[in-house]
Amino acid sequence: MSAYEQTIDTTPSLIITEPEKVPTMTPGQTLESISLKISEVVLRAGTPRWWFGALLVSSAFAVGLLFALTVLVFKGIGIWGNNQPVGWAWDITNFVWWIGIGHAGTLISAILLLLKQEWRTSISRFSETMTIFAVVCAGLFPLFHTGRPWVAYWLFPLPNTMGVWPQFRSPLVWDVFAVSTYFTLSVVFWYIGLIPDLSTMRDRAKSLFVKKIYGMVAMGWRGSTRHWSRYETACLLLAGLCTPLVVSVHSVVSMDFAVGIVPGWHTTIFPPYFVAGAVYSGFAMVLTLVIPARKLFHLEDFITMKHIDSMGKVMLTTGLIVAYAYTFEPFFGLVYSGNRYEKFLILNRAFGPYAPFYWTLILCNVITPQFLWWRKIRNNTVVLFMLSIVVNIGMWLERFVIIAISLHRDFLPSSWGYFKPTIFDILTFSGTLGLFMTLMLLFLRGMPSIPMFELKTSLPQVHLAGHPAQGDFEQEVAS
Amino acid sequence: MPQIFKKSTNAIARASIIGSGAISVLAIYMIFIGIPRSSYWNQTDLIKTQPVQFSHKHHVGDDGIDCRYCHTSVETSASAGMPPTKTCMNCHSQLWATTTYLEPVRESWKTGIPIKWTRIHDLPDYVYFNHSIHINKGVGCATCHGRIDQMPLVTQVASLQMEWCLQCHRAPEQYLRPRSQVFNMAYTPPANQLELGRKLKKEYHVLGSDVLTSCSTCHR
Repeated sequence: MSAYEQTIDTTPSLIITEPEKVPTMTPGQTLESISLKISEVVLRAGTPRWWFGALLVSSAFAVGLLFALTVLVFKGIGIWGNNQPVGWAWDITNFVWWIGIGHAGTLISAILLLLKQEWRTSISRFSETMTIFAVVCAGLFPLFHTGRPWVAYWLFPLPNTMGVWPQFRSPLVWDVFAVSTYFTLSVVFWYIGLIPDLSTMRDRAKSLFVKKIYGMVAMGWRGSTRHWSRYETACLLLAGLCTPLVVSVHSVVSMDFAVGIVPGWHTTIFPPYFVAGAVYSGFAMVLTLVIPARKLFHLEDFITMKHIDSMGKVMLTTGLIVAYAYTFEPFFGLVYSGNRYEKFLILNRAFGPYAPFYWTLILCNVITPQFLWWRKIRNNTVVLFMLSIVVNIGMWLERFVIIAISLHRDFLPSSWGYFKPTIFDILTFSGTLGLFMTLMLLFLRGMPSIPMFELKTSLPQVHLAGHPAQGDFEQEVAS
Repeated sequence: MPQIFKKSTNAIARASIIGSGAISVLAIYMIFIGIPRSSYWNQTDLIKTQPVQFSHKHHVGDDGIDCRYCHTSVETSASAGMPPTKTCMNCHSQLWATTTYLEPVRESWKTGIPIKWTRIHDLPDYVYFNHSIHINKGVGCATCHGRIDQMPLVTQVASLQMEWCLQCHRAPEQYLRPRSQVFNMAYTPPANQLELGRKLKKEYHVLGSDVLTSCSTCHR
């Protein structure tokens, strides 16, 4: 028997079993109950009192952002705490943090769609919206860090009167392309996904004015077979386009650092390390938002404990990847590089003036998430909510540790410094949190936060009812 | 269920797709290409009022006075230099000495308060510009200022935008002329300008475009 023949074995060595299917909603739902429960959040007669309270608080912070940015425009970025040697501090930390948060949305809407993970449906719109608002918040930081946001168009290769192009060798310009592509595609994908639901809202709304508003944004969707066929093609194409973005955007962001020769930045592990961190923080933020929202808007039927559990698992997985990177960074710095500056950086990180930040980061991002190994904890919304906030804090600290600690003591001891935030740093950051929450609250009140039509396709009766005439069913789904 | 929209909405919707597309294209063109390069925006060919309607056409074109008679420091310093009233009075104490047209000049001469001319060529303050280097490397006055000898009132000819500066700094051989011809208003470049330009570039030690287009050459 030849070696070749030996390899041919007819008995299957790997038995592929169907993975446990996560139901997307509680049993007993009907086409009508889905539309009713989800559109009711928007179309109900009164607005709950807590919503106004939350809006008041978050928009107050957003006003703080407006104030801080107005002062910045008039006085310049000297109002922030960054100065040589720490030229990048909270602003870029916040930028990376917000961009990272957005990644959960893209992952859920693009990759999980292509992988046919049906459970994604219930949380997809929620996280896509979060992506868009997070990118809006992220974009503010580099825009205002330029100090002259009115000439930000210089970053684009336009036929300007200066006769110069942007510096294409700079990762900061790559950033502009990565983030603007990401934002554009996310918005288009999000909006196209909304259209069938907007038509449902149009049809269910009672007042003519509301009907007209939803009718206009639904752009004449009637749910015909032709509409659905084109819709599905468009979604699939956009999912395909968005998939590389999950990886590329944060890889490019990480190159802002990796391309620089600063110790602690100049490493090749950055792109995958950043992408994992981004998904990690993104899922943490989805949990932070979804856990209270499902309770307050009574959406437990569609965002079930199974969803919460799955998101906890994704968080655990990406958290472990991040922990792996944390473990290997000191190895690269201390042992592998043999570079005295890299060695110093690692020691300075762990025992220097910013040591408490570093150890808090390890506590938040490596130690605390280990609780997610237990199903009981993943199914306890209160504990999980707190865990998700801890991870959010941890991921913010991670970026701060990378950016500020690497910069404050580099090659030349005479130029060492120490960064302290000013009130404007704090107002700007808390302001973006306020802006984000304001936008989220407005979205939850004005748009269907769960894709109704997509949920309906996973109803068991839809699949059991044999094959009704295609048009009939789709008409029913759309109503 | 009654219709929410009229039938005409379909047409409006279609028109709005095409319309918004056309408007965005037009807006982008106007904002980035059209308006910033228009003479309205750059104030080229704009006649500004002066305290005395001094005619360069008469003094340079008809009388043949050299640029340097008034703009004395153009060969040696950053600013070309504005003439003091004394320079005017060299002739005008005798010629047209009583015309009302020149009253502001005599007033300035009597009081010692300089005439406040309105600046035509105003570069931004973040640009470091030096006249003498350009004169000494063979850039003619008319290359940037146009035919001054034909202007009754001076107007700005060039846009003075960075792309305008750069198109010469990237390849100065297109414009260089012999030093002897720098103040010649009527100079026309020869047919072999590029050949001559390259020769002059070498002879006058004009640095390469890598230096001429470096940021800190003009923004110091």
